[in-house]
Amino acid sequence: MSGLTLDAVRKDFGSFTAVNDVQLSVPHGTFVCMLGPSGCGKTTLLRMIAGLDLPTSGAILLDGEDITAVPTHKRNLGMVFQSLALFPHLTVGENIAYPMRIRGAPREDQKKRVDELLGMIHLSGYADRPVAKLSGGQRQRVAIARALTRSPRLFLLDEPLSALDAKLREAMQVELRQLQQQLGITTIVVTHDQREAMTMADTVVVMNKGEIRQAASPMEIYRRPADTFVADFIGSTNLIDMETDSADRAVALGQVIPGLSASGGGKAIISIRPEDVHLTAPGSDGAISGTVTFVRDLGGTIETFIDCSGKQIIAVSTPRARPDVSVGQPVGVVLEPGVCVVLAK
Amino acid sequence: MRRETPQRLSDYGPLAFPAIMLTVFFVIPFGTMIAVSFFQRQQGGFYTPAFVFSNYERFLSLFFAHVLGFSLMLAVLVAVCCVAIGVPFTYLLTRMSRRAQIVWMVALLSVLSLSEVIIGFAWSTLLSRTAGITNLMVTLGLMDKAVALSPGFPAVLTAMVYQALPYTILVLYPALVRLDPTLTEAARTLGASPLKAFFTVVVPALRTTILATLIMVFIFALGSYLLPQILGRPQHWTLSVLITDQAIYQSNMPFAAAMAVFLVLVTLGMVALTLFAGRKREETA
Repeated sequence: MSGLTLDAVRKDFGSFTAVNDVQLSVPHGTFVCMLGPSGCGKTTLLRMIAGLDLPTSGAILLDGEDITAVPTHKRNLGMVFQSLALFPHLTVGENIAYPMRIRGAPREDQKKRVDELLGMIHLSGYADRPVAKLSGGQRQRVAIARALTRSPRLFLLDEPLSALDAKLREAMQVELRQLQQQLGITTIVVTHDQREAMTMADTVVVMNKGEIRQAASPMEIYRRPADTFVADFIGSTNLIDMETDSADRAVALGQVIPGLSASGGGKAIISIRPEDVHLTAPGSDGAISGTVTFVRDLGGTIETFIDCSGKQIIAVSTPRARPDVSVGQPVGVVLEPGVCVVLAK
Repeated sequence: MRRETPQRLSDYGPLAFPAIMLTVFFVIPFGTMIAVSFFQRQQGGFYTPAFVFSNYERFLSLFFAHVLGFSLMLAVLVAVCCVAIGVPFTYLLTRMSRRAQIVWMVALLSVLSLSEVIIGFAWSTLLSRTAGITNLMVTLGLMDKAVALSPGFPAVLTAMVYQALPYTILVLYPALVRLDPTLTEAARTLGASPLKAFFTVVVPALRTTILATLIMVFIFALGSYLLPQILGRPQHWTLSVLITDQAIYQSNMPFAAAMAVFLVLVTLGMVALTLFAGRKREETA
């Protein structure tokens, strides 16, 4: 098939397993974000795709061809490193032309391609500058352009935007996504920033401890997390213990919630996003009673912290739907079954 | 902390010690040497104060020009060989495990503890006909009969490279350790084979260090006078050998001093030229 396939890819460092039998298939032209806490194996996985590390076992296939044993320089890929790794002894133009120069491409062709790429990254006229004289964002763009010089089959980026300040980072995320769509190139980005993943990706791959926990579209990941790790790692969530009573009804925090059931009828965990938590008057039908302990008004959103018999629940609302609550006030918390996700304990 | 410019004479106090050291151990001996180079030689080994150019005039002969040329050529060759071996070696060394690096470093530093005399005689034995490595080659069936590889120019060059290589590696090591390893990885992802990445990224990124190392080994090799005598024929003797000969065996101090001054001037000239060429390249690059 066309695209990238990882077949039971595994990497051991001594007795430590960095990547544990990962199975993933990325269709051609897809933008994938690998997301996870540091040390989850996402960078190791990217380095194996690039050929900079060899897998202990398993196979990596690109467009149906097994490239596991193909050396890096013969894979035709473009990679942007966290450190950017721009060559300090070359100018902007020479950096971008490097892949063509080492292949002995004619000078005119090199110049033409450099101008084309500089135009694409909005740095026309910068060809003769030394890379040391560029700002962080400009270097970032040069590193991206250099990786794209030979129109690679695969575009890999390792925490590409982590060195930029928040505002520039958000702008670059949008730009990177637009660039990828324009070129239609299969792209894999490693990041620990979930906003970055949500902004750019067609598919978000959430990893933890060397394993893929879920691979799906950003909305799917957010709305239907596969387990408590994914639910907690992506965005913020309330994780509430759920039990099944003798009448086979789901019970959370002493309140029967109709329409929910744990698989196998035992204990489970409910995940509900703070913006889905609904507040009503205390004692309302079907509501869990609690007490407001803190209200954080951030202007754009209002977070209400509620203590429900020892369990803290957070509810988020917008100023338009400002709840009329104050600290110490008893409230009713409604968990609507439609927005609750039941996860295995 | 703000640095203030010295206000009073006593503020220059801390400079006194290095200034005295430099004067006593460099300026006075060097000044004496320059002065002696203009003195008049007396028959019988002494010299009287004078201001004559005869010592320098004597130097401007074809014979001495030839010796000077050979000395410079030998030093340049040693420097180039050391850097050509040292840069790839040190690059691979910095990519080894910490433990392996320590073992290699200890081995290299132990070479530094050998005196020039020991190095000279060790190589002369190794390259001899009766006990040298050619006997090993004969045993292995690679050669028909053992031959003497010393004395000769290759023997001089080999021993001098052997002596200077540990210094070369010690100078290159810090720069190569600091070199970002992702630079080579980036070159590989951009289509460069490991060898190509080494020559198009590692070497150019380190050109300042390489230039400084070349100069250091060049000056180090220029002062060598024992190895050419032990392992070379008279035509392989360097200017340093002739200076020693004049100063100690011929008791002609003024002439030896004139040669030494000339050697210093030529060396400084070559170093300046190298630095100038290096800066010029950096500007155009």
